[in-house]
Amino acid sequence: MAAPPEPVLAAPLVDPMLPRVGRVRARRRDAPLVFTLEIEPAEGSLPPFAPGQFNMLTVFGVGEVPISLSGDPARPGRLIHTVRAVGPVSTALSRLDRGDPVGLRGPFGTGWPVEQAAGSDVVVVAGGLGLAPLRPALYQLLAPRRRYGRIALLYGTRSPADILFAREIDAWRRRKDIEVHVTVDHATGDWPHQVGVVTSLISRARFDPARTTALVCGPEVMMRFAIGTLQGAGVASTQIYLSLERNMKCAIGLCGHCQMGAAFICRDGPVFRHDRVRDMLALREI
Amino acid sequence: METHGLDRILREHPFFAGLEEDFCQLVCGCARNVRFDAGQHLFREGEPASEFFLIRQGRVALEIRAPGRGAITFQTVGEGEIVGVSWLIPPYRWTYDAKALEVVRAIGINATCLRDKSESDHDLGYELMKRFVPVLVQRLQATRLQILDVYGSPA
Repeated sequence: MAAPPEPVLAAPLVDPMLPRVGRVRARRRDAPLVFTLEIEPAEGSLPPFAPGQFNMLTVFGVGEVPISLSGDPARPGRLIHTVRAVGPVSTALSRLDRGDPVGLRGPFGTGWPVEQAAGSDVVVVAGGLGLAPLRPALYQLLAPRRRYGRIALLYGTRSPADILFAREIDAWRRRKDIEVHVTVDHATGDWPHQVGVVTSLISRARFDPARTTALVCGPEVMMRFAIGTLQGAGVASTQIYLSLERNMKCAIGLCGHCQMGAAFICRDGPVFRHDRVRDMLALREI
Repeated sequence: METHGLDRILREHPFFAGLEEDFCQLVCGCARNVRFDAGQHLFREGEPASEFFLIRQGRVALEIRAPGRGAITFQTVGEGEIVGVSWLIPPYRWTYDAKALEVVRAIGINATCLRDKSESDHDLGYELMKRFVPVLVQRLQATRLQILDVYGSPA
């Protein structure tokens, strides 16, 4: 009698709720209460990520928070996360030292439409910490630069001391193939650059509104005003993308904490096309 | 006053784009070319608002001075924009400082002259209001955002 066939074993499923362990490789302060962590896996390699996606980071014994990826997707071996220390977990993250363990789940969520934007002008509007999830998109836009028309980065933040990635922004300013405008809400007399809200930069940027993709990230109020100004300049709602933030817990669309209407921000977002969430943004109840 | 060159410059400035010929001549009669060096004030808080400016080149910082904090810039204004709206509203005094951040070339419009012409010709006054009100609304919205301090810590 022939031996029964070997059972076919399914590939082991990775439990998306199970954190893997990473270690802090470096920590850098970017602005008051804002710092960037570079994390490498304790073993194995890391999955690739798309610009705009996020990871769930765990400080063991404290808790877990969603944090956007802010590094270069072309260099996935190290995870770069830019964090503002505002709650218990993010504050605990800010106190980690080189070699300390961090729990990692992800990457999760939708990304910026960098591929779809090929051939069009791209306007990136960032407010405050909103520059962090847009930085991976900028890396991708600038890498095969000839695939895009004009690219403009319009960045607004609170004060000169709060500017993220200042050296990198200076490097982008020196390039001739990206238009960079930075503004702050308030400054003292020794600040030589622009002062005013980020929406005031939109009229200064050169782009063809009929063939422009806009990527917008920042505080929701700022995004509402920026999107209104972009639409006033002629950019269609279907060409505007924004990243939303809600209280994400499971990150896989199960728990409902981040539900906004029929959408789960963690699974269906955080990046949405504006016309698909426009009505929900106007609802005060959510 | 030679207004031929001013007429062209005025028409080319975004703020007065599309202005009717008759109105343009009236505004030109109140206008002059001005230049400010870096660091020079266009006007200071409390002074009579006797002239406003259409910026042609350079940047201007709008500042408020606060005790113990020095000058705080709340807005910068550049090419194609205007500096000064207090001339529209009594008591016609500036409520902030305007300082050139670099060499600034502008058209200065004599406010008393333009107010008088607007009183005599309400069509001109209405045309001016249609151009100034959007600027005021934009600045009001910007001020709202600044007051909200949206980039501050959410904690």
